[in-house]
Amino acid sequence: MTTATSGRTRLRGVVGTAHTRVEGRDKVTGAARYAGEVPFADLAHGWLVLSTVARGRIRAVETGPVLAMPGVLAVLHHGNAPRLVTDYAGLMGMTPDPTAAVFQQDRVPHVGWPVALVVAETSEQAREAAEALVVAYDEEPHDTELTTDHPDAHPVGGVMPAETGKGDLAAGLAASAAVVDEEYTTPEEHHSMMEPHAATARWDGGRLEVVDSNQGTTWIQGELASMFSLDASAVRVRSEHIGGGFGSKGLRAHQVAAVMAATELQRPVRVVMTRRQMFSLAGYRSPTAQRVRLGSDADGRLLALEHRSLSRTSTVYEFVEPSAGVARVMYDADAHHTANHVVPLDVPSPTFMRAPGEAPGSFAIESALDELAERLGVDPVELRLRNEPEVGPVSGLPFSTRNLDACFREGARRFGWAERDPRPGVRRDGRWLLGTGTAAASFHSGAGPSTATVTAEADGGFTVRISAADIGTGARTALTLVAADALEVAPERVRVRIGDSDFGPAMIAGGSMGTRSWAWAVTEAAGELRERLALGVTVPPEGITVRSDTTAALGALAQKERHSFGAQFAEVAVDTATGEVRVRRMLGIFAAGRIVNPLTARNQLVGGMVWGISMALHEEAVRDRTSGGLYAPDLAGYHVATNADVGDVQADWVDDADPDDPVGIKGVGEIGVVGAAAAVANAVRHATGVRHRHLPIRPDRVLSAAGTNGERRS
Amino acid sequence: MAPAPSSTSSAVTLNINGEKHRLTVDHRTTLLDALRERLDLTGTKKGCDQGQCGACTVLVDGRRAVSCLNLAVAAEGREITTIEGMAEGDRLHPVQQAFLDLDGYQCGYCTPGQICSAIAVIEEHAAGWPSAATDDVRPEAGPPPLTPDEIRERMSGNLCRCGAYVSIVQAVTRAAEAHEASAGDEGTPAETVKGAAA
Amino acid sequence: MREFGYQRADDVSGAVALLAADPDARFLGGGTNLVDLMKTGVERPARLVDVRELPLDTVEATVDGGLRIGATVTNSDLAAHPDVRRRYPALTQAVLAGASGQLRNMATVGGNLLQRTRCGYFTDLSRPCNKRAPGSGCSAVTGEHHNHAILGATDHCVATHPSDMGVALAAFDAVVTYETLDGPGELPLADFYLPVGDTPHRETALPSGALITGVTLPPAPVAARSRYRKVRERASYAFAIGSVAAALDIEDGVVREARLAFGAVASRPWRAHAAEAVLTGAPADGDTFAAAADAELAAARPLPDNGYKVTLMRNLAVAVLTELAEEAAR
Repeated sequence: MTTATSGRTRLRGVVGTAHTRVEGRDKVTGAARYAGEVPFADLAHGWLVLSTVARGRIRAVETGPVLAMPGVLAVLHHGNAPRLVTDYAGLMGMTPDPTAAVFQQDRVPHVGWPVALVVAETSEQAREAAEALVVAYDEEPHDTELTTDHPDAHPVGGVMPAETGKGDLAAGLAASAAVVDEEYTTPEEHHSMMEPHAATARWDGGRLEVVDSNQGTTWIQGELASMFSLDASAVRVRSEHIGGGFGSKGLRAHQVAAVMAATELQRPVRVVMTRRQMFSLAGYRSPTAQRVRLGSDADGRLLALEHRSLSRTSTVYEFVEPSAGVARVMYDADAHHTANHVVPLDVPSPTFMRAPGEAPGSFAIESALDELAERLGVDPVELRLRNEPEVGPVSGLPFSTRNLDACFREGARRFGWAERDPRPGVRRDGRWLLGTGTAAASFHSGAGPSTATVTAEADGGFTVRISAADIGTGARTALTLVAADALEVAPERVRVRIGDSDFGPAMIAGGSMGTRSWAWAVTEAAGELRERLALGVTVPPEGITVRSDTTAALGALAQKERHSFGAQFAEVAVDTATGEVRVRRMLGIFAAGRIVNPLTARNQLVGGMVWGISMALHEEAVRDRTSGGLYAPDLAGYHVATNADVGDVQADWVDDADPDDPVGIKGVGEIGVVGAAAAVANAVRHATGVRHRHLPIRPDRVLSAAGTNGERRS
Repeated sequence: MAPAPSSTSSAVTLNINGEKHRLTVDHRTTLLDALRERLDLTGTKKGCDQGQCGACTVLVDGRRAVSCLNLAVAAEGREITTIEGMAEGDRLHPVQQAFLDLDGYQCGYCTPGQICSAIAVIEEHAAGWPSAATDDVRPEAGPPPLTPDEIRERMSGNLCRCGAYVSIVQAVTRAAEAHEASAGDEGTPAETVKGAAA
Repeated sequence: MREFGYQRADDVSGAVALLAADPDARFLGGGTNLVDLMKTGVERPARLVDVRELPLDTVEATVDGGLRIGATVTNSDLAAHPDVRRRYPALTQAVLAGASGQLRNMATVGGNLLQRTRCGYFTDLSRPCNKRAPGSGCSAVTGEHHNHAILGATDHCVATHPSDMGVALAAFDAVVTYETLDGPGELPLADFYLPVGDTPHRETALPSGALITGVTLPPAPVAARSRYRKVRERASYAFAIGSVAAALDIEDGVVREARLAFGAVASRPWRAHAAEAVLTGAPADGDTFAAAADAELAAARPLPDNGYKVTLMRNLAVAVLTELAEEAAR
C-alpha cells in the first residue's frame, strides 16, 4: 500500500501541494476583521437578557426603570417585538429553532431562553441595564434529566431513518461465541469556538445588511428574509472571517434580535453573545445513553449487532443526535438493528456539533468492538479487518471508495502496533501506567448544490466569487488552488472572494461538505472560462464572467455509500493514584478523498483528533437538577483541551480520490474526531485494565474504578 | 460620543504600540473594549471576557496579560503592545512568520493572543523563568531547555478550539530557535518558507 | 456592572484612607478575580482604589533567613525569584501551577490571598448561595459538588479556596501583614481565614478596611526540600481538585521535621497538623506516610459525589512525601 501526503500526483497543478493560507498574513497581524469588528457610524449595542427559570411564563418585563438608565435606547421583549414568520421551511426543509425567533411568546421552555434585548449607546450601558432588568415569571415544575426509561422517548429520524433492522437479533446473539452487551454514555458537550456569535444589522438604502459570523451567508440570508417577510434580494449577509463554527454558527438569537433592534431604531445595532450566554443560546451536543449488543463467531465475525441511542432535545424543537447511525456504515451482521430515540426536556435546543452522531456513536460501538476483541482474544485491528463489509450494511449500495483496511495497515505499521502486548495493566513508566488503543472512523461525504462565478479580469487576474465560508478549514486557500488548476494558471493570479450572500446560493460550511461542494462549482465555472479564453478572446475592461450551478450535476450522481474513513491509534499514560490521564501520542490515518492542501488538511484532521482527546478526558457540561441550568457555564467550568493536554498527535492519509468528484474530494472536517475518544478509552483500558464506558474519563472516575474508593459519580 | 469626565469616567492617555491615544473612558471599560470599540484596534480578540481563554492577550510593559481583566483607566502610564504592533512595517515578527509558515492556527481568532503570548514566552524563557513543566525549579538547576513540554505548558493560557496546538508548538519552537540563534544579532531576517508543510 | 469611581493610591496610608472614605469601595490589585466578579455581578463596588502602583513590589531576604514578600509582587515575579526558588521551591511550584502565564503576570500576592471561591453557585446570581447572599442557602450541598470541600465545611457552605500559592504559604507558616487607619497589624495565615461555621460570607479575619501589605515567611530550612503537586481535570489552566505542598527533613531514615498542607479540600488552604504529628519522629517510609495522610483525612466529611477526594488526597500526599524521601536518599 502506498501512502502519499500530497494526494493523487499529477504532472502539474497545485492541488495536492502545501500552501500557506491566503488570508494568513491578515490573521497573524490582526488585520483580519471578524463580525463584531467591522466599524459602523452611530452603532448601538444590544445585550440579551436570558431567563433564569427552566419552565414557566413571563408575567412581567419591568422596562420602565431600565429605560430611564443612562444611554438606554430600547428594550425589546415578547410584549412589544415585531411578529415573525416561523412556519417556513428553512435549512434541509426544517422549520427554524424557535430559540432564534426571539420574543414571540411569553412561554419559557428552558433556563437561558432569550426574554429581552436591551439596546444602549455603549456596551457598558447595555450590559448594566440588561443586568438591572427585572423579569417576573410564573414558574412551573421542570424536567431536565435524560433517563433511559423516560416515558416520552420516541424514535426520531432527521437526516436519516430513526430505525433500521434486519435479521433475528436474539437468535444471532444466542449463536454467538462471544457477546458484548453494554451501556455507554456521553455528556452534554458544547462547541465553544473561540469567537462568540456576533451580528451587526443595519438598513442601508432599503436593504437590510447583516455582518455576521456564520457558516453560510445565503443560509442566514434566506432565514432572515423568511422571518421578516422580506424579499431575499433585500437582505445581504456578509461573513468575511469566522472564528470557528463546528455546527453552532447558524441562525441564532443574536442575528434576529439585531435585525429587530436595527429596524426599530433605524440605526446599526450590534448584538454579541457573552461566553456564558453561548452555553444556552448557541446549541450543543445532547448527552447520549447508548446500548450496544454485539455477538460474533469465534473468529470475530459479527453475527448480531444492535446499537440503540437515546438523546434529548428541547420542548420547542426536535433535534436528534443520531449516534446509532454509525453502524449502518461500518459493520454488517445477519442480525443488524439500530435505533435513534429522543426525549424532549426543559432544556435548550441541541444542534449539529462536529461529527453529529458519529462522535458519540463511534465512542460506543468502537469501545464495544474493543471489548469483543478482548473477550475473543483477537487483535482489535484484526477484528475490524475481519468485519469489513463489501457493501453498505443497511443500504446494500456499493462504497464509492472505502480503503479502511489500508488505513489500519498503514497506521498499525507506523504506530508500532505489531509489538503490542495485549495484556492490560503491565507497562509502567514511573508513576504512569501505559497503554495503547485503536478505533475506526467514518463520516459521510457529500456535496450540496452551489453556484459560483469566475471572472477573467482585464489585468490578467481571475476573481472567484462564491458564498462559501472559511470557518478555519482553509476553504479560501483550497478554492484558490482548485481554481488555479481549473484555469491552468498560477494561484497567485487567482483571488477568491467568499462570505457574501450577494455571490449567490451555495452550500454551507457543514457536514464536511463545504470544500467539496464549492470546489465542484468553482471547477465547473473556471473550466468553462478557460475553454472560452482558449479561443483567444480579448478580455474587456469589465472582464469575462462565467457562472456555474452544480444542482444538475449533483442530481445525476449515482447512489452510493460515500464516506471518509480512518484508523485511530492512541497511547495514554494513567496515574491510577491520582486519576490523571495523559495522551502521549496519537496517529490517525485517513481515507478522506483527494487532499487539496496538505498543510491545512493535516491541521484540520489533527484538530479533530484533539477534539477526540478533549471529548475523552475533559468535556462535560453539568446541569443542575434543581434549577435546570448549567453549573459554571464558562471556559473555566467547561474544560476543553489546553495545549498541555495534547501530546504528539499526527495525521496522514492514504490515496483515496473519489472517482465521482471532479477534484476527487471527500471531506476532512469531521472525520478526525470520529473514533478518537474510543481509541483513548481503549488505551486507558489497556493501560489500567479498567473499562470506562462513561465520558469524560475524569480523575474521580479513574480513582473510583481503580477500586480504591467506593464513591461513584456517574 | 465621548462623554466628559465624571466621577465614573476619566480622561486617560493610553500608550499603545508606541502611540499615545487620549480618550475619556467609562471606568467600566476594559482595556480590551477600549482597544476594540474606541481605538479600532480589533486585532485583540474577545473570546470569553473572563480571563479564561487568552484570546485577548497583549503585552503590558513588555509582559503578557489578558486585556479583558485590565481596566482601561488602570492601564494609563503603561506601555501596551498589541498584535498590530508586532510587525516592523511589512516584515513580520519571527513568531508571526512561523505561525504563518507552519499553519499555527485555523480560524485565526485565538491567533493574535497566541502570538503575543508566544513572544512573551520566548522572553520569559530567555530570562530563566521556570514553569510548571520544569522538573527542578531551584536556580542552581539552571534554566530549563525549551522542550515541547515546556512550550505546551507555557502556552496553555491560550485556548485554541480548532485544536491547532501541534502546529502552534512547532511555530513557537521555530521562532525560539531563531531567537536564540540571533540573540545579540538583531536584524536577522525572519525565516520564510513559503508554502512549506509542517 | 454598575458605574464606579476610580482612584489610584500613591502610598499605603493614602490607600487605606481612600478606602475608608467609601463603604462600598474595594482595593484593585491585578484585577484577575475582582474584575471578573464585577462582570458576573457578584461584586458591585461603588469605587475602586487601585493599589497596583504602591511600593510593595519587592521580595526581600530577612536577616534570619526568611523572606518578606510585598503585597503587589506579581505571581510571576514571586515564582521566578531566586530566593523563593532556592529556599521554598514548593512555593514557586505552587504559584506556577496556578492560572496561566498571562494571569500570573497580573495577579498579586495580596489579591491571591483574598481571591474568592470558584464554586459555580457563587457566581450564578440566580441561585442560592450563603457566601454571596447570606441566609439564602447552599445549592452545592444537594447539587453539583464533585469539586467541593471535604474538610472543615458545614451545611452552610462547602466551597473550596482556589489558591495554589496559599497552600504553600500555609505549609511554611506565612504571616500576613496589613495596614489600617489605626496602624499596621499582622495575622498568621493559620488565623487569617475564618472557620466556615454559619457565616461563610465572612472569609478572613482582616480588620475592616485593612490593606494587605505583604507576607512574611519565617526561616524554614526544611522548606529547601519541598514540593507542590496539583491534580486537576486537565493538564494546565484549571483549578485544582486536590493539591499537596510538602517538605521533609529526614535524618538517618527518620523524619525530623515535616510540613504538609492540602489545597482544594476546604474553605482555606488546609495545614495538615495531624499528619505532621504522625510524621515527626517516625521512619520515613510508605507506612508512615499513609498513616499520616489517614490521620489528617480522618476528619473528612465527604458529600455523596466528592468522596473520591479522600482517596485522591491520601494517594497524593503519600506520593509527594515518597518523592521527597527518595530525593533525600539520593
